Amino acid sequence: MPSPTDEARRDEAGRTGTAARTGTAATTGTAGRTGGAPVPGAAPADRRERARRWRASWRRSETRAAYGFLSPWIFGFVVLTAGPMIATLYLSFTNYDGISEPRGVGMENYRQLFEDPSVAKSLMNTLVFTVLRVPLSMAVALALAMLLLRVGRATGFFRTLFYLPVMTPSVAVGILFLLLFNGNVGLINTVLGFVGIDGPSWTTDGDWIKPGLVLTTLWSVGSTVIIYLAALRNVPQELYEAAEIDGVGRRQAFVHVTLPQISGALFFTLIVNTIASLQTFTEAYTAFFGSANSQTYSNDAALFYVVHLFQQAFQYMHLGYASALAWLLFLVILAITLVQARLSKRFVYYEGEER
Amino acid sequence: MAAPPGQTPSRRGRRGPGRLLPGRRFPHWLRRLPAPRAPHGPLRTGAACCAVLLLLPLTACGGASVSDDRSGTFTTMGFGLGDAIATSRIDDARKALAPKGMKLQINEGAFDEQQFLSAVAAGDPPDVVNMDRTLMGGYAARGALLPLNECLRKEHVDTGKYQKSAIKETTLDGEIYGMPDSFDSRILLMDASVLRKAGHGATDKDVDTSDLKGLRKLTSELKQSQGRKLTRIGFDPKIPEFFPMWVRANGGSLLSPDGRTARLDSEPVVEALTYTAKLIEDQGGWGKFKALRDSFDQFGKGNQLARHQVGAYPMEDWYVAVLGDTSPQVDLGSGYVKDREGKPVNYVSGTGWAIPKGSRHVDEACTFIKTMTSTRAWVKAAKTKAEEVRSHDAVYTGDFTGNLEADRIIESKVWKPSGKKAFDDATRRLYDIQAEGFAVPANAAGSEFKQAWQNACNRVLSGDQTPRQALEEAQGEAQSALDIANQGRR
Repeated sequence: MPSPTDEARRDEAGRTGTAARTGTAATTGTAGRTGGAPVPGAAPADRRERARRWRASWRRSETRAAYGFLSPWIFGFVVLTAGPMIATLYLSFTNYDGISEPRGVGMENYRQLFEDPSVAKSLMNTLVFTVLRVPLSMAVALALAMLLLRVGRATGFFRTLFYLPVMTPSVAVGILFLLLFNGNVGLINTVLGFVGIDGPSWTTDGDWIKPGLVLTTLWSVGSTVIIYLAALRNVPQELYEAAEIDGVGRRQAFVHVTLPQISGALFFTLIVNTIASLQTFTEAYTAFFGSANSQTYSNDAALFYVVHLFQQAFQYMHLGYASALAWLLFLVILAITLVQARLSKRFVYYEGEER
Repeated sequence: MAAPPGQTPSRRGRRGPGRLLPGRRFPHWLRRLPAPRAPHGPLRTGAACCAVLLLLPLTACGGASVSDDRSGTFTTMGFGLGDAIATSRIDDARKALAPKGMKLQINEGAFDEQQFLSAVAAGDPPDVVNMDRTLMGGYAARGALLPLNECLRKEHVDTGKYQKSAIKETTLDGEIYGMPDSFDSRILLMDASVLRKAGHGATDKDVDTSDLKGLRKLTSELKQSQGRKLTRIGFDPKIPEFFPMWVRANGGSLLSPDGRTARLDSEPVVEALTYTAKLIEDQGGWGKFKALRDSFDQFGKGNQLARHQVGAYPMEDWYVAVLGDTSPQVDLGSGYVKDREGKPVNYVSGTGWAIPKGSRHVDEACTFIKTMTSTRAWVKAAKTKAEEVRSHDAVYTGDFTGNLEADRIIESKVWKPSGKKAFDDATRRLYDIQAEGFAVPANAAGSEFKQAWQNACNRVLSGDQTPRQALEEAQGEAQSALDIANQGRR
């Protein structure tokens, strides 16, 4: 059982927001809870104190057990993520082609990023896709979760039903896109035809390719639905009762009670979906670049950033340049995520947080 | 959140000793689970960590490794055992490798660039690889493939007995990097009933690709629309995939014979793209055209010729075999693609066998390649396949191997007229056109060069650029790729 002093220390270290606002040295959640790793630039006495606290923390069997359970992830992260990241950083300064020994080329690959018209094109395609997809998928997922909340005993069944498509391989979804959105015999245009709309050429018209792919990715909105459903179920009923007593209507209750209460889940899915969208690859690659049907016809409107990266790495064997492309994407994702995290402080409500 | 006094606390969040999980939705035994207790002592923790770390490698998935035990195992990549042509020859190769103490392991599936490059980079390549011949120049220039000249000399393989165009496709700076494993020719296929209804015959005099104006006129006659939908393609030029054929028919080429200078912005190339794109534009534009093309049930009984969805188009030889198998009753016409002077043009492609750098069994790989591409193996395989095909009342339409002697024997001894005139005529044409074969010359940029001209076609088809703009851009990309790839070569 943790002692009250431990609890107090954890509380103190965990209140990063407060610490940051009051100007004290903010530590990350984990570091704070474990006593904090030595911080470069901190005063020697402070570093010694931190080290002493970390050693004291390590002596507790709970901490050791926690690291024991964390060790597979730590091992996986070091070997499968951090290691390759460091390797690609090194390779991004070389002309590595996967076959001969890498030779240093300085900043040449990074300079080339600004000269390659496909970089700007693919980055723009990816950003447009993300801007279209993320809000739409979140809105659809939230609408479905709200519906699920009202179906009573059948919730379990529908929850499974909505989640099943998530398990469909992305390659299959890419092929499905070509079938559903075929301008001639596709289901989408057939349905549109019933209501007198002459559907567009989803698979060949550059203006409609991205919207088509966005609609296709809604196929796997199930995982977000499950998260929202869990969040909606955690909204205290008393708040709705109080709102009802105050004469608040349904729409206002949704805006002023539901949304703030599930803002944590919304923020989480915003971050996760944004990152996933910026890394979109499989559906577009299958539909326009990689399958037997599309090996010769590609459309620049479907050239997403990771598709371009993949082509440079494995089709053209420019692995050094592809590594530079990967790092640019990392920086873009990092910047967008940091902006979102910064904005989240104004819009996300966490229960128990002092504001 | 604490419940206000007088109210029942919410079910959610009610936790207590031995009640870690929310109630009601779990069976009682699960709800009564005790709280987890911390393990005692550093020994137990250390043991747990060690156990986890030791178990991790055991649960790891394989990466690009092609084989676990490489000592007596001979591995292939990019080859599938789809039909008797493959299985029969693999049996022969297995027998040829057995005296050398080698066990053959076929990693089935189409050639995958990523898988291959990863395997080579990891120093764990297959012993032989089967890939599209157009890719070989690029890999060879980077040193990913071993030259075969010495190996072929040791195995007494006479490359003069193979299709010259196929050997050229895999030859870079005088070194041969691959041996042909197939030889795909292209001829015109026609829906004879559609042509007859329009008042034409089903020959290459009627569908004459040397008469550009006439072909456009015929295309307009044969195409069919329903409302705003295209329901029949009059003539499909099959671009981007067959674009080199149209360039050749127009008297041009995409690349200089030495494979070092791109000619994508030359006048014959621009004209060829302008004309073929116009053919598609005349039929309602690329969107409608491709939508119909994508809806074809190409390998089924309801294929485009059976359902009269296309009037005429150039196609690879293997499709004649597909039609013979799935719809032998189709009213098929065939003819040659002709250049502006009326001479037959045959754009050929296919796969080949190569030995990757780092192959652990180079000598055995030579034996394997020699066996797989030998006259004896091809003829035996063709006989087996012909028997199989005929046993279920389908039409055997010959096999085209890249081995001249094998083709001659198969044509004269294995293939027999089936009695279905349309298929017999098509097969004869395919054998007759072999000698006219041409391919895009081998080049050091390989995939990048191919992608440059294909992307140019796509930009035109999508309406993003004019043919000239697209090809000028492609010329820059292709030449730059060639120059970089040729750096350091003689």
